[in-house]
Amino acid sequence: MLFRYRGSEGMLAWAFHRISGVAIWAFILLHVLDIWLANVNATLYNDLLGLYGSPVGRVGESLLGAALLYHALNGLRIIIMDFWPSMTRYHKQLWYANWVAFVVIGVPILIQIMAPAFGLTAPFTFGGA
Amino acid sequence: MAIRVSRAGSSPRPQTGGWELAIWYLMRLTGLGLFVTALAHFIIVHFISDPAVQTADWIAKNRWADAAWRTVDWLMLAFVVFHAFMGLRIVVQDYTKGSARMALTMALYIGAFVIFAMGTMALITFKAAGPVQP
Repeated sequence: MLFRYRGSEGMLAWAFHRISGVAIWAFILLHVLDIWLANVNATLYNDLLGLYGSPVGRVGESLLGAALLYHALNGLRIIIMDFWPSMTRYHKQLWYANWVAFVVIGVPILIQIMAPAFGLTAPFTFGGA
Repeated sequence: MAIRVSRAGSSPRPQTGGWELAIWYLMRLTGLGLFVTALAHFIIVHFISDPAVQTADWIAKNRWADAAWRTVDWLMLAFVVFHAFMGLRIVVQDYTKGSARMALTMALYIGAFVIFAMGTMALITFKAAGPVQP
């Protein structure tokens, strides 16, 4: 249905925006609860953190990052079209530009997040952190 | 039931004015705010650092060591609660009607208040886990 109904870039852009938005909303609920928990019961929170750092947790992190990055980039595309309506003519090109930015920004972050799951050290290092 | 969406996949500006127009603008304003704060947050927590080391103590000593970072994060909390819950309100209003729509919308408003209160409480009262009390 997702690929057949209307089916053009605009419809897919909208569907992905909605799916990623609902997913991020669900994560926000979890995230505020876990930070609230960190203050109330630090030991329980630190146990939960083991789950976040596990290989499965890292896949979840990557999916969250992908949802966030897509939603952010497509959100900019929406704002551009809302405030400069003439840009709506190029809505498909803007969507393709989103995917280029998505891959360019996303791949290094994906490697950084997933490396420890394969027993590798994260490639980018920063002093102090 | 009608899904109000343009061919390019965005919601048209409400023509009625009033609250709905204000919410429409605020969705875009908080969206821009989150583009900066939420993406920066993700980069700091998942790229520069790693969640595996971010114990409650780490949060107290690094992320929230000073009031400026807590203020930035509180701003992000305000943006995200509005944006996420008002976004879900659009979804609810697209697929429901009548009393179900009313009940779910009210549940969203209450949920938004609870999450905002819990986040604010954590931000204000967060402290390092001190030495174990006897």
